[in-house]
Amino acid sequence: MNDSPAAAIEFVNVTYRINGNRTLISDLNLSIHRGETLMLLGRSGSGKTTTLKLINRLLAQSEGHVFVDGRSTSEWDVIQLRRHIGYAIQEAGLFPHYTVEDNVALVPRLERWDVARIAVRVREVLQLVGLPYDEFSRRYPDELSGGQRQRVGLARALAADPQILLMDEPFGALDPITRAELQHEFLELKKSLSKTIVFVTHDVAEALMLGDRIALMDSGKLKGIFSPAEFLRSKDEAVEPYVTAFRATQQILNSGA
Amino acid sequence: MSLPDFFVAHKHEVLTLMGEHLWLVGVSMLLAVAIGVPLGILLSRRPALKSLILGTNNIMQTIPSLALFGLLLPVPWIGARADRLAILALTLYALLPVVRNTYTGIAGVDAPVREAAIGMGLTSRQLLWHVELPLASNVIVAGIRTATVITVGVATIAAAIGAGGLGEFIFRGLAMVDNNVILAGAIPAALMALCADFVLGLIQRSLVRRPVRTHH
Repeated sequence: MNDSPAAAIEFVNVTYRINGNRTLISDLNLSIHRGETLMLLGRSGSGKTTTLKLINRLLAQSEGHVFVDGRSTSEWDVIQLRRHIGYAIQEAGLFPHYTVEDNVALVPRLERWDVARIAVRVREVLQLVGLPYDEFSRRYPDELSGGQRQRVGLARALAADPQILLMDEPFGALDPITRAELQHEFLELKKSLSKTIVFVTHDVAEALMLGDRIALMDSGKLKGIFSPAEFLRSKDEAVEPYVTAFRATQQILNSGA
Repeated sequence: MSLPDFFVAHKHEVLTLMGEHLWLVGVSMLLAVAIGVPLGILLSRRPALKSLILGTNNIMQTIPSLALFGLLLPVPWIGARADRLAILALTLYALLPVVRNTYTGIAGVDAPVREAAIGMGLTSRQLLWHVELPLASNVIVAGIRTATVITVGVATIAAAIGAGGLGEFIFRGLAMVDNNVILAGAIPAALMALCADFVLGLIQRSLVRRPVRTHH
């Protein structure tokens, strides 16, 4: 991958319309660097999930181009594109009729890895997300807690060792304590993995904590890209409500201490 | 003559008619599954066809079975032999529950499961075989179960057009005003329906929670 361009993912003048009229994304230009964690932050309906789905072509843009590893997604074989990109979503979307092991092994099996290599990889990747293989590999999703299911979802997304990982509010449905736990582990994980990660969230604190950069979206438009520090300092009127809300929460916490 | 005596005296005929009945039901159900499951899958891929296919099937169900047998009589090849005709009519009746349950079962797969599967790069065929059919299997079997029980019952009417089966006894008993003869057809038919219901029920329950243990 040494000859690949600096941007792992690039949006060029991308517009997405639903049924040819309602515009969900308008004229998006965004370059996501190799190895960074970019947070797509915005309220519901701001277009952040739509943006994410344009990357693995779960949705196809109406205008413009999305490039993954320098190649337009419309030129990729869509199945190859998706197997090249890890995908983790809020409800995890585990297959209820598969064990943890079979869920995690799915993409490597579809990619026809040999059995021994798959076995090693499943162990490795479950260890990575904090689920000991011997304890969890034979369980079914309904025998797991919400946090554990989410970990399996992450392990499954990482299984075929993709260089790009898309995460759509992966911690959104978890209780606050489990969420904090997973957020901390995610921070460790992303340091050790050096993947390009695009992470959708509506939670400012999560965006500030986990992101290298934050792309703020509103009504289908990109309002700006900030480092966490820039975000907190920004006088941008789109950013302000978020920072105000974030500071308000902190003040309440501090005054209570 | 008491009913047990009747069975003993006519055991060859009882067995022959049971065999014919099983043949009518078995072939019809094989056809209904072979046509109905793919149709249900097609519906899940092309929901626009839903009202057309399910509607046609619904109308089929409203035609009284005796009338349907009669209506099919002039159809070439089919109408030439009573058992062909009976099998076609029974298949048409059995189709609706199979198609509808296949469609419902597939449509009932959780959206996040389907989305994750597509997002991970499963092809449409892999989605069907690895995810949708296994998860829909108990609903599909429930449809086959309903259809089988209905077919066992409706197949008794096939005797009216000379296709044989346990209906022979029922119609003969009606003509002779002899309850024993009617029961000689009705009881084995009812037992057959109960057996089919029981066996398919077992299969269905075994599919409810963990339909597939892949490998190991």
